[in-house]
Amino acid sequence: MPTVSVKRDLLFQALGRTYTDEEFDELCFEFGLELDEITSEKEIISKEQGNVKAAGASDVVLYKIDVPANRYDLLCLEGLVRGLQVFKERIKAPVYKRVMPDGKIQKLIITEETAKIRPFAVAAVLRNIKFTKDRYDSFIELQERLHQNICRKRALVAIGTHDLDTLSGPFTYTAKRPSDIKFKPLNKTKEYTACELMNIYKTDNHLKHYLHIIENKPLYPVIYDSNGVVLSMPPIINGDHSRITVNTRNIFIECTGTDFTKAKIVLDIIVTMFSEYCENQFTVEAAEVVFPNGKSYTFPELAYRKEMVRADLINKKVGIRETPENLAKLLTRMYLKSEVIGDGNQIEIEIPPTRADIIHACDIVEDAAIAYGYNNIQMTLPKTYTIANQFPLNKLTELLRYDMAAAGFTEALTFALCSQEDIADKLGLDISATKAVHISNPKTAEFQVARTTLLPGLLKTIAANRKMPLPLKLFEISDIVIKDSNTDVGAKNYRHLCAVYYNKNPGFEIIHGLLDRIMQLLDVPPGEDKGGYVIKASEGPAFFPGRCAEIFARGQSVGKLGVLHPDVITKFELTMPCSSLEINIGPFL
Amino acid sequence: MEPGWRWELSAVHHLRLRRHTQDDDTLSPALRLDTFKMAMHSPVPVAELLLRRLEASDGGLDSAELAAELGMEHQAVVGAVKSLQALGEVIEAELRSTKRWELTAEGEEIAREGSHEARVFRSIPPEGLAQSELMRLPSGKVGFSKAMSNKWIRVDKSAADGPRVFRVVDSMEDEVQRRLQLVQGGQAEKLGEKERSELRKRKLLAEVTLKTYWVSKGSAFSTSISKQETELSPEMISSGSWRDRPFKPYNFLAHGVLPDSGHLHPLLKVRSQFRQIFLEMGFTEMPTDNFIESSFWNFDALFQPQQHPARDQHDTFFLRDPAEALQLPMDYVQRVKRTHSQGGYGSQGYKYTWKLDEARKNLLRTHTTSASARALYRLAQKKPFTPVKYFSIDRVFRNETLDATHLAEFHQIEGVVADHGLTLGHLMGILREFFTKLGITQLRFKPAYNPYTEPSMEVFSYHQGLKKWVEVGNSGVFRPEMLLPMGLPENVSVIAWGLSLERPTMIKYGINNIRDLVGHKVNLQMVYDSPLCRLDAEPRPPPTQEAA
Repeated sequence: MPTVSVKRDLLFQALGRTYTDEEFDELCFEFGLELDEITSEKEIISKEQGNVKAAGASDVVLYKIDVPANRYDLLCLEGLVRGLQVFKERIKAPVYKRVMPDGKIQKLIITEETAKIRPFAVAAVLRNIKFTKDRYDSFIELQERLHQNICRKRALVAIGTHDLDTLSGPFTYTAKRPSDIKFKPLNKTKEYTACELMNIYKTDNHLKHYLHIIENKPLYPVIYDSNGVVLSMPPIINGDHSRITVNTRNIFIECTGTDFTKAKIVLDIIVTMFSEYCENQFTVEAAEVVFPNGKSYTFPELAYRKEMVRADLINKKVGIRETPENLAKLLTRMYLKSEVIGDGNQIEIEIPPTRADIIHACDIVEDAAIAYGYNNIQMTLPKTYTIANQFPLNKLTELLRYDMAAAGFTEALTFALCSQEDIADKLGLDISATKAVHISNPKTAEFQVARTTLLPGLLKTIAANRKMPLPLKLFEISDIVIKDSNTDVGAKNYRHLCAVYYNKNPGFEIIHGLLDRIMQLLDVPPGEDKGGYVIKASEGPAFFPGRCAEIFARGQSVGKLGVLHPDVITKFELTMPCSSLEINIGPFL
Repeated sequence: MEPGWRWELSAVHHLRLRRHTQDDDTLSPALRLDTFKMAMHSPVPVAELLLRRLEASDGGLDSAELAAELGMEHQAVVGAVKSLQALGEVIEAELRSTKRWELTAEGEEIAREGSHEARVFRSIPPEGLAQSELMRLPSGKVGFSKAMSNKWIRVDKSAADGPRVFRVVDSMEDEVQRRLQLVQGGQAEKLGEKERSELRKRKLLAEVTLKTYWVSKGSAFSTSISKQETELSPEMISSGSWRDRPFKPYNFLAHGVLPDSGHLHPLLKVRSQFRQIFLEMGFTEMPTDNFIESSFWNFDALFQPQQHPARDQHDTFFLRDPAEALQLPMDYVQRVKRTHSQGGYGSQGYKYTWKLDEARKNLLRTHTTSASARALYRLAQKKPFTPVKYFSIDRVFRNETLDATHLAEFHQIEGVVADHGLTLGHLMGILREFFTKLGITQLRFKPAYNPYTEPSMEVFSYHQGLKKWVEVGNSGVFRPEMLLPMGLPENVSVIAWGLSLERPTMIKYGINNIRDLVGHKVNLQMVYDSPLCRLDAEPRPPPTQEAA
């Protein structure tokens, strides 16, 4: 969930009233936001870097507000205020207009070289804007929030904003060999080639995260003006030449990306949020984008879409009985201008360009419910009549757990993920013999594989509890995972029961006795015939030679028991003899 | 064996050092056992001897002296003192500790046979002795150097067949032996501090602390005590002798002996209760025994777009082997693809290029909702549609940064209801019943965003301890874009909610670090000691009006 940080006093000023922290928290809750933290720049720096660094930092109160991940229109102060003011019916939702310029339209021409790396671009102009320091900061901050969220860390979309008065169109969006791109980037004093820049930014804490997007590509995306001035090298950095300042009056905005839909949404969000500060409020100057196939489009789209939803559908989905007029009013409060039309049961809803999250009637239903107030909805129980069943494997597991504890064994709960070493090396096995599934992106060795046996987890539990009085008697009934090409995903869970006995003597007879008890509980008689069970001398690298037996029940091998090999005991950092039992309980269903 | 002893034995056997009789702070339980055995085996009980002597004494007697007089181990007398003490006011015993010098085993040998140096001196004849031969004597090495430094002997290194040792003086005084004999005779105080410490350094002398009892007559002193019985025995019952015997009072302040038993894990005890709650509410358990899932079932089927951050390497464990799902229900896959990329079923869709390769990628399921999706898909294939209530509780996996409350794997609890015409009010109503069974009655609902539910609501409950609203679950109505491609009828709604098993358990048991609850680093004592899980037995918050 993205967090937006806004100055409290600015927020209250824009909202036209003040709130206590509790009141504002309540308002957020109702609207689906969360007032996550009340802090200040000073407090943040002090927390992260210590009091010394924080000296002199601003102690203006900041509200950190969690915003739902699909509400890009609430990612800045301007959007939050607009959303809340409309919600509280203090203002009407503004209408955003795309206008054609008096003079020539700004043009962005995409060349076909971009196709392989970053094929889409959209653009727009904010004309006669008036920034203040706070507005400017918010403008920069919104781009960062969008980059981190909908833009997927600039992989899908990257935004470039430029002082149009320093440039001259038409602009060209192309892709070139890194060595052929040379410009002075933002915050540098001289020109570098793209190759040099990629090296320099490897140590830049902010930019290094974006390098991988283009790093190994033969061509890098780049935007030029008609004089060959570099606007930006998306998605990494803008040129210094066209950088915007508090005093910039005309802004050229370009968004490049690999996802056309998202690029259009991002552009719409930026211009709808900040056209508020244009001389002609909420108007945006169009720009033309020419694609390599010669087709030309005008942006921003700023599309208003009409949806029709029946009032009784909303009532039925939410569980309320509101008149169509009231529902239309509720939706209008959610920035969705609505009116009752047709037979008096139809509501026509206008989806503004800021609400890209509305893609289905169910989204409209939700907004009606939010405006109604979730906590005002009458709670009722559905009449759904059903007979409950347990999943048979879990039912058996539950029954066995209680009787294992009754037999004196204590239940452990260990991780399903572990290291290769745990399931192979430490048990004297080769990893290829385990048929384990392997994780491709583990952050540490603890998450290399899914376990193929419960034994390592129990032995590690004992190792962490060596101070406890002996004997230690542990068990676990849980799933292990084995590769299996007969299943749709190529792997299968098996429900295992594992028990260990750890004491000054190996206690094979105790583990053997436990097996006898388990078979008694499962109603499996001793003996090989009539579906009984029997143990037969066997071997295994985890067991002490001559002290291992395989368990056969109902005509199939279900597991092994025995005295653990001293090497296994040592590798799990244990010192006492230990015997264990592990069976698959699936066959006993 | 008397029953009383047996009781003590079993107590010690269980390593639980809690006794019903008053504790002796000077004797280990093992030592006490020996004492009891000795007291039991002597022909005339020591306790009886002690009482007779005490009667004859004026004032009292010392346990160590008594032991010496009776010619028995001191411990035996101490045992008798303890058993008499246990009878009440028969005797009074005061613990005293005295320090005493005693010879070590080597010291005793020297007191008997002379110091090593003296023995070396004596072994040298007038014509001298080869040094090599001398060194072979038992006292050779130590005695030689001491005798040399005492200037009793000398070495002639120029002798023809190697160094030879000769006496220097005709006779000597064996001071070491004399001093040790003094100590042996109980006259250690005649030695100077320096002399004693020198002998101690040579490990011939040791200072020992002796704990003895000064025993005197108690207010109820009697030589003919009838010993109080500790426990009722079968013999007493059959003979009826219990009628005439006094019984030792129990100390009810002492702890009992915990029974030997196995224990269930606290988190799984809570899991059992959640299962029980769902079953009580008529919910059927879904199969969740597949930790490995394809991206398709984990994300795509839930209408979670392929660029969603949750599908990032940083959040999800993907598999290297088996890297891809082998089979997907291709008809259904096509409908899902179309819904994502173009929309349909009344949806705009996400309008991006949906890739089958991305859907095939195997992973460790990040939620049990993937299992719910499979269950709902199976349900959709059964015609006609029948309403269902489903639940599951099982492990899920996240490739997240680990901290005190986050592990790479945890348990997710999920409830799902599918029926015609379900509303948000129904969802809230079911949640209210569910949480009431958990002992949570004060609920409120916050609008939220989940990729696969719309409307979505987070469930908050007022925490009496923290004095604030805390999130206890997440819920919503599954999106039509998820349900309709499965083939479920259009007027069927599916409401669902989920929460983690760990969080309520940590709150219930007051655990701050999740590693203290889950995984191999758990303290087994915590498992042994954990109480029953009775979720609804929590202290209920006082009734207040529902949050408006």
